[in-house]
Parts: sequence; structure tokens; C-alpha cells
Amino acid sequence: MRASDLLKPRPEGLYCPPGDFFIDPVRSVGRALITHGHSDHARSGHRSVLATRQTLDIMGLRYGEDFAGTTQAAILGETVDINGVSVTFHPAGHVLGSAQIAVEYQGMRIVASGDYKRQKDATCLPFEPVPCDVFITEATFGLPVFRHPPDTEEIARVLKSAAQFPERSHLIGAYALGKAQRVMRLLRDAGYDPPVYIHGALAKLSEYYQSQGVDLGRLEPATVGSGGKADFTGAIVVGPPAAFADRWARRFPDPISCFASGWMRIRQRAKQGGVELPLIISDHGDWDELIATIKETGAGEIWVTHGREEALVRWCELEGIAARPLHLVGYEDEGD
Amino acid sequence: MNRFAELLDRLVLTPSRNGKLTLLTDYFRSVEDPDRGLALAAITGDLSIAAVKPAMLRALVVERMDPVLFGYSYDYVGDLAETVSLVWPQAPESIPNHAPTLAEVVGRLQAASRSDGPQVLARLLDSASISARFAIIKLVTGGLRIGVSARLAKQALADLGKVDVAEIEELWHGLTPPYTELFAWLEGGAEKPRSAALALFRPVMLSNAVDDGDLEKLDPADYAAEWKWDGIRVQAVCEGGIRRLYSRTGDDVSGAFPDLAAAMDFEAALDGELLVGDPREATGTFSDLQQRLNRKRVSPKIQQQYPAFMRCYDALQIDGEDLRGLAFTERRGRLEAFVGTLDPSRFDLSPLVAFPDWEALERLRQAPPHPIIEGVMLKRWDSPYLAGRPKGPWFKWKRDPHTVDAVLMYAQRGHGKRSSFYSDYTFGVWAGPEGAEELVPVGKAYFGFTDEELRQIDKYVRDNTIERFGPVRSVRADRKNGLVLEVAFEGLNRSTRHKSGVAMRFPRISRLRWDKPAAEADRIETLQALLD
Repeated sequence: MRASDLLKPRPEGLYCPPGDFFIDPVRSVGRALITHGHSDHARSGHRSVLATRQTLDIMGLRYGEDFAGTTQAAILGETVDINGVSVTFHPAGHVLGSAQIAVEYQGMRIVASGDYKRQKDATCLPFEPVPCDVFITEATFGLPVFRHPPDTEEIARVLKSAAQFPERSHLIGAYALGKAQRVMRLLRDAGYDPPVYIHGALAKLSEYYQSQGVDLGRLEPATVGSGGKADFTGAIVVGPPAAFADRWARRFPDPISCFASGWMRIRQRAKQGGVELPLIISDHGDWDELIATIKETGAGEIWVTHGREEALVRWCELEGIAARPLHLVGYEDEGD
Repeated sequence: MNRFAELLDRLVLTPSRNGKLTLLTDYFRSVEDPDRGLALAAITGDLSIAAVKPAMLRALVVERMDPVLFGYSYDYVGDLAETVSLVWPQAPESIPNHAPTLAEVVGRLQAASRSDGPQVLARLLDSASISARFAIIKLVTGGLRIGVSARLAKQALADLGKVDVAEIEELWHGLTPPYTELFAWLEGGAEKPRSAALALFRPVMLSNAVDDGDLEKLDPADYAAEWKWDGIRVQAVCEGGIRRLYSRTGDDVSGAFPDLAAAMDFEAALDGELLVGDPREATGTFSDLQQRLNRKRVSPKIQQQYPAFMRCYDALQIDGEDLRGLAFTERRGRLEAFVGTLDPSRFDLSPLVAFPDWEALERLRQAPPHPIIEGVMLKRWDSPYLAGRPKGPWFKWKRDPHTVDAVLMYAQRGHGKRSSFYSDYTFGVWAGPEGAEELVPVGKAYFGFTDEELRQIDKYVRDNTIERFGPVRSVRADRKNGLVLEVAFEGLNRSTRHKSGVAMRFPRISRLRWDKPAAEADRIETLQALLD
């Protein structure tokens, strides 16, 4: 059994011929296994979907209950047989419900890790290293320049700035699924008690996180009340990044734009985006996490996908680990 | 060190002046001596440490990591200091128990010799956090480039101590890092430092613009008039053999004008305009003057081609006597006598312009005798020389600005209050033969309009976007479609950097011409005519 016979890239996504299923397909297929709920990995319209309960719930919230013909909830750590191929989901530490998928057949085990991180995150289960023959890793931040600082330091900077500029509002751009809730949770863990104001696009998902036992504290819609702009003096507002460039943002007094993303490590990226307070908070592993994880899995071969494949492949070569880029289409390597 | 690094990180991304001032005063208030003083010196450019060349920095890093991985990293980031700060491999055993202070870092760098400089730097980088590494590299490679002028840093000090910035400027050149006695005074713990240093800067007197209706209330007989020269305001101070040429904000610019400094063999403090040419024959234009500006070193050829001279209009001190308390009319008399004793190729007197009434002065203002005159100055005969911008004694009455009708081409999102508005506009005028006209960009403006007009332009930009690049939108602009902006500006320079060949000085939007078809906007020839 060659690894490339067990999983191979196809235009629809990563395909398992003996099991006849796809992992995170970008087009409609018969049977899809889905690692997590971000829209570039979880699309609607498949005949059947296997994913964790939380990922299925999130897909239901985003696409409506009829997002797939049939669904099956994968239980973490429990093996499912699909046409003779053993499939097991393990936590990936990326967002609520995210999982790596281990695929095993005739003694060969490949782990498709989807997106993952190793920093601790109170809004989801931590990544679990799974020994394997081939490890498929993402490479969103696959360059030695990406080094994420502790998220607590980043949140402390927002709170310091809020104290320095009490007459202004702080707008934190954060992706609607995962990052936004992590930011809210970090604010609470840092002792920030006032309500956090949120953009409408975050409401359903944040409510879902709360229902899953992730306490986000008091959230209020960022809509203008009778007081107008003054309502948001000193407020912390969380919303999708695009909203802050939009007319929606005019309701806030002299806002300081913050953006929570691993890309904020690069000053020029922050500058170009007009970000005044970059927050280096990422749901993807940084360079050190990626290489530590590769070593930890003990895999003899590494397939590198979405992101900066070349540097990670180069690092594997230097370490004497076989590695190649896996050219999958359709994933956003810019997302974080 | 970490707090200094954090300050730099914030300053670089904070566009608003007030925001920067808050960050600076908070830093000065919360950080102790001598770190805060060293940070101040680093910002004002008064900190001297041995420089490390970029090539050395690169050599240090590839000793420590795979050059191919470094190459990928540098290509991605694009900035050497930033790349090195990020990729520098940190051995856990090298992390000290406490982060080094700025004073420790500066001390070690200042003690380093040229030959062991790189190794000292490497050890500092080993023990620093990522942000601190960036700050250290910026210190040793020279030039923080954080968008904070020395003047702004002094304003932050003034805010800290609730004193006038003129007081800081007056003291500044007598002080040295880490400015402990200055901070002690600003925080109320000590007397104002008294400087024994010679040839210090005297805070300058500034004027207010003449507003509508101002002149009707004033008696022309109370005021002297002189031409307003469009050069660089300077203060020439010589005391006990020390010679200094200061800019209007108190920066020492003697180094850029060695020819003028060499002729400063007197005991006085004079206020005037720096211009180029020979005052006895011809005064150069602003374009000529530009050949002497923003240069670190001035070649003998440029000095000869564009000699600098000073057109004097006030005397603050002569032979040890402080004249600032005297009336303008008395100071003027002293100045006239004194300038007559100086090298006539380097110093002359800004002549007074006689006028019977405001109407007559208005006619002179509209048709000045030289292109480098940008209006007239009015000075009350009885006014003393006061630091700052007192309302009443001095007025500037500028020539009306030039205007041009241009077409909006690109719009960029603003910052802070304007971050959801497209508020920075690039505009162009027509060029090319009839039937094949094209817009060429001639400038960029981001003020001059009201809040309501901003809303209208923003809507227009959003409704007429044809392309987006990051925060910039390209707006539909052709012969049939386009928004015409009336742009006011003070003057025009030749530019090799702009495709149009011209660069505007002080452009702003003066009117929105919703009524005017794009095809009727001005042509580039209209602007070119202003150059000659």
C-alpha cells in the first residue's frame, strides 16, 4: 500500500479511493468527511457528511438544516469503518468542533490535520498528536518569521490601550467563527467585565459557543441606541474585519482599529490595512508549532498544504524527513 | 527595553498626532530614569551609538540559520530589521532572569568597539524578545522612522509638565541625555534647569493669518509691512565663538548650510529667512532652494551653484544685549545698523514695504515683484518679540492660492475617525493629444472639505469604484464620467518622481464641482505654465 493510493488530491479535494470519500471537499460530492466549520473546508450540498457534532451544528447554523443529504456525528477517538477503511477523528485545537482525521488501511495511517494550532485555547479542545506514517500539515504560517506571542499578552495590550484612550472605542476585527469567540473569552479571562459589543454576523455563532459551555460573558448588539455615538465611548466592539472598513463602523467614536490575526506579525500588513493596534492572535500554528508537531507525530513523510509550502518542505529536507507539497485547490491560505 | 519596544510598535501604527502625544506622555510618565531620557534621545536623534551595517546584520543571522529559509523569510517580509528580529533563533538558556533595560542595552552598545560591535549586538538579540530585538536593531542601524519628529516629542514633554513647548525648545540645546534634570522639573520635583551652554535657540515668534474682516479693525499706521519670503525660517545665533543655525522648531541645521555658517562671525541672535542666490544680485526661486534642502551632505558644487544666504528681519540679541523686550521699531533700527556690518553676500535686510492704506497694500500683495514672495507680513510697530503665536502683533497675508480643476482618480481610506471613509484623494488633469486625452495624476489631498462633503465624496467613490487595491479604490474617471475637484495649492515644483513632472505644494480641496463635466477639467499645460 502506497500512501498516495490511500489519499490523493483531486479537483474536488483530498480523495480516498478504497474508502470512496473526500476530506474537506470544495465541491459537492457523495461522501464528505469534514474537519471543521470554516467555509472553505465545510461546504454545503454533499450527499452525506461525517463530522463532529459541533461541526455539524455549525454547518447547520451557517447553511440551514438541510445543508447535506444525511449527516453522521463522529465521536472523537472512536473509529468508524468506511468501506473497509478505518477513520478516527481527533481534536485539532483550531476552533470549536475542529478535528484531525486519521485514515488507516492495510497498516498505513495518514493523518489529515485540517487546520490546527498548539497554543491553548479555552474555546476548544486541545490538539492531540497522533502517531502516523504520513502527516498532512497546513502551512498558513509556514515561514520562520511567524512566531505567535502568548495570546494573554496581546489581550493585555488591548486593555492597556482602552485605559489610555478612554474616550475612544476599540474595534477588534476577528473572524466570525472561532477567533471572535476566543477574543471574547480572552477578554473575560483577563478580567474584563463590561459588555462586549458585537456585530450581527457574530450573534448566532457566539450564542452557540455559549450553549456549548464556553462562557463569553455579556454580549450586546453593536446597534445605535438613543445616545448615538456616546453609547460606545470606551467600548470594546468585536466584528468581522470587513465590517470595520464599511459604513457600519461610523457609529463608533474615533475608533482604534484592532485586528486579531497571525498576519499582524508583519508590520507592513498591519499598516496597509490601516490597523492601529495589531493583535497577533491566531488559530493556526506558528512556525515553531508546525515543526514541533511534525516531529511529535513521528511521521516518516510530510505532505504540506495551503500556505507557504516551500519553507516547510525545505525544513523537512534539512531534518532528513521526506516531504512534498500537496497541491490542493480552493483553500484560503490568507484566512486567519 | 520592552516598554520602549512597545512604544515604537504603537507609534509606528498610530496616525493621529493626538494619539501619538498620548502614547509618548504616558510613556514618559510611567517609565523611570534613565530609560525614558534615553528613549527621548533615540526619538529626537540625539543618541549616539556605534552603527552596525546591514550587511553585518545579515551575516550574523545566516551564521545562525539556514540561508535558504532566511531568504524565503526576507523575501516575504521585505524589511531586514524586521525579518532578523522575527527569525533570530533564541536559545532558551540565553533568556535572562530579567529583560534588559534600555539603559543596559544602550550602555553595552556605547561601550562596544567597532570590531566587537556585531558580537555585542548578537548577545543582546539573544536575550531580547521579538519586539525588543526590532527596537535594538533600529537603534544600531540608525533612524527609527516611527513618524515622530523631535518637535512632537518636545510637545509631549510640554504636555507632561503642562508648560509651553517654547520653554522646552529654549532649554533643549543645553541639555544632554538622559535629561534627568528636565524630567525632574517637568514633574515638579526640581527647579527649571538653567543652562550655561552658549548659542542656545530662542523660541520664535509666529504670525496669524489675516481673516476676513481683520483688517477693517486695524489702523494701517500701527503696522509695518514687509514681503513674506517663501524660504526657510532660520535663527542664526553666535555666542562666544559657538555658531548655530536653527530651524524654526529649534533643530540645529548648521551642518546642511556650512557656507552660511562660515560667514556667521558676529555676536548676535538674528531671525530671518534662508534663501539661495546672491542677495546683491538675484534671489533664487523655491525650486532652487530645494536643491539645498533635505540633504545630509552638500557638495561644494551645489554650494557654489546655490549659495545660501539669510534675509534678516529681526534681532533678538546683539553683543550680549537681549532685545526681545524692545518694540519692533527699535529692534528694526538696531537690526538695520547691524546687518550693514555683515558679509553682504550672505546677509541682507528684508526691506519694509511702504503703504498708505490697506487697499494699496492689497494691490502690492496681488502683484509681488519676485516669484519667491508669497504675500506680505504685518508687524505692529510697538510689539515686543514674543515666543509662540500671539494674536494681534504679527499677521501673514498670503497671496491667493492657485487653483486647478482636476478629476478624482483614486481614493484611499483614512484613519481613526475617518477609517470608514474614503478621505484621501489622488486627482489628475488631462494630457495627450485631442481625441486621445488621458488623466495624469498631479497630487493628493485629504482636507479642505466639510464633513458633509466628505460623506458625499465617500458615497460617490463607493458608487463609482472600478478597481480595488487594498485600502485604495480606483474611481471611474474618463471624458464622460468623473468628479471634478477644485484644488487650491501654494505653488508648483518640478518633480522627477511624478509622471506628470509637477508636484504641488500644500494642495487641498477648495470646492466640489459636481456641475462640471470631467472633460472640462484643466489640462497639464495649465500647470506647466505656472512652472516658468
